[in-house]
Amino acid sequence: MADVALRKVVKRYDDVEAVRGIDLDIADHEFIVLVGPSGCGKSTTLRMIAGLEDISDGDIMIGGDVVNDVPPKDRDIAMVFQNYALYPHMTVAENMSFGLRLKHYPKAEIKARVTEAARLLDITDLIDRKPKQLSGGQRQRVAMGRAIVRNPKVFLFDEPLSNLDAKLRVQMRIEIKKVHQKVRTTTVYVTHDQVEAMTLADRVVVMNKGRIEQIGTPNELYHKPATRFVAGFIGSPAMNFIPCRLEDVGGTLQIRLTDRIAFALPPARAARYNALPRTEKLLLGIRPEHLTESHAHLGPGVEPFDTVLDVTEPMGMETLVYFGLDGTPVCGRVDPNAGATDGAPMRLAMDLNNMHLLNEATGVVL
Amino acid sequence: MTTVTLDKAGPRRKVKQGSISRDRAWALRWSYFFLALFAIFSLTPPLYMLITSLKSSAEISAATNPWWVFHPTLGNYVELLTSSQFLRFFWNSAIVSIVVVAITMLISVPAAFALARMKFWGSTALATGVFLTYLIPDSLLFIPLFKMFATFQEWTGVQLLNRWYVLLLVYPTLTVPFCTWIMIGYFASIPKELDEAAIIDGASWFQTLTRIFIPVALPGLIAATIFAFTVSWAQFLYPLVFTTSTDQQVLPVGIITTLIKGDVFNWGQIMTGALLGAAPPLIIYAFLMDYYIAGLTAGATKG
Repeated sequence: MADVALRKVVKRYDDVEAVRGIDLDIADHEFIVLVGPSGCGKSTTLRMIAGLEDISDGDIMIGGDVVNDVPPKDRDIAMVFQNYALYPHMTVAENMSFGLRLKHYPKAEIKARVTEAARLLDITDLIDRKPKQLSGGQRQRVAMGRAIVRNPKVFLFDEPLSNLDAKLRVQMRIEIKKVHQKVRTTTVYVTHDQVEAMTLADRVVVMNKGRIEQIGTPNELYHKPATRFVAGFIGSPAMNFIPCRLEDVGGTLQIRLTDRIAFALPPARAARYNALPRTEKLLLGIRPEHLTESHAHLGPGVEPFDTVLDVTEPMGMETLVYFGLDGTPVCGRVDPNAGATDGAPMRLAMDLNNMHLLNEATGVVL
Repeated sequence: MTTVTLDKAGPRRKVKQGSISRDRAWALRWSYFFLALFAIFSLTPPLYMLITSLKSSAEISAATNPWWVFHPTLGNYVELLTSSQFLRFFWNSAIVSIVVVAITMLISVPAAFALARMKFWGSTALATGVFLTYLIPDSLLFIPLFKMFATFQEWTGVQLLNRWYVLLLVYPTLTVPFCTWIMIGYFASIPKELDEAAIIDGASWFQTLTRIFIPVALPGLIAATIFAFTVSWAQFLYPLVFTTSTDQQVLPVGIITTLIKGDVFNWGQIMTGALLGAAPPLIIYAFLMDYYIAGLTAGATKG
């Protein structure tokens, strides 16, 4: 087990920069998830840690040693691939023990390790089967088993659940978390699924266009996003961004969304945003769960407003409501019994205590 | 209510099914017809060979029905199988084919692996180049090759012409490019993650080839082996040109040169020799047929 560090790591393909100078410190035992849209450089970063891609610039360290020019087999890492990459002509046991056999481990130890890993992953019954006789979920377990038996310094997962159906994905997600709680190996996990990232990670690294947008615990990213990209990427349905500007009306700072709708900011927020120039183009970032049905006793900082709903989506435990504010589509979450109907007017409330204010031009959360 | 619905649904389904199965039945009839036609077309020569091989020379030259044996005899078989010359041809053919298959596989499998998996300068051009060499017909190649061996002898004094082992150098010019090309297709169809997994597991390139790629691409390897064997076994032009003494000749050439004397054709023995010569590839095909067909189809879609 070991810590992993990336120092100004760059990957260039001819004249395209896929990864543009990444700094990342991963502590021993930590579960790190790299998340971002396709083409953001997350897989390339993982493959550079694995040694499957050369790095164009910078340093990668595993356990304090620079491994830039160390071949993959000497980095003491194990990797789980999206398409499992099981050896089709070998049984489950042979697949899992392949690495150990190449390193000439004693037979008894190989058997002990394979048995232990199989028990951990609940695949003891499948040990003599070939990969083609296994279901997708079972194959993914075997692929994890192959990583576990090696007892490596670092686990690398490259979108391991993307080939599974939704139900199995949830199940395997829990499985992976359980395994990590037991073996505690430092893990770097790549996914494009923000739910997977939030549920698995100790810390999430949000990547975009070859750069790191933000590093933080799932809660930090959710509640204190640093940029518009992170705010919009984490959370489903996504955060609403509504064009707005600040106004001073009678000594209080208020935020104007449309000609019709303006709210006084709660004192804490007013103090935070007071220094901003009033002319600046801003965006109000507000999550759907902070746009709910209005009722008689609204707390401080929760402001009611009237709108006409375009579409409603009953989800069972809640109903998503969609409406427009001066042409900007907005999504809210209301109680299923609040009487939301397609095309009908409705009184909603916005919780400004949980608002974010962003610079429209730079996308930075203020 | 229920019975009415059933009545309504029943006939409609039947009609639909009937039309599909009628289409299929006709398709099946036509395929049987053409397949049978083709089978007759291609099996007639071997049948004629078999009939003729069972006749005595007198019966062959007699003006009787050529498609019937009136006095069957195994004389031709006995004579050939006890003739040391024929056994020599057979032996030469076997040695040459087996060694050529071995040489071909030793060259083309690692070559294909390198061309399919290792990125190096000019690898794409090389892969195309390998295929282009296969496009040059042997009837064009044999003259410069002959000249090369003659020059080689002049310079070094080592005689290769008119020695059976010259064929070990010549046949791979036919088999290596094609087998390399087949194997490139097979290796390219193996997912990239499989060798990456092997590399992370600690396998060297050589171990990746021997322990992952060769077992996974076994059908392709068998297809390539069969091809190389068949080409070597049936090659006619090269042995005709490069070997002249009867003790150096292989089966296809040996039969023609020894059993045709001037304008006298010993038809009975020619046919017998040809039939016996066709046996080894036939036996190999029979054993590896399943693999071979799996190999051909996989190569067609993935290569």
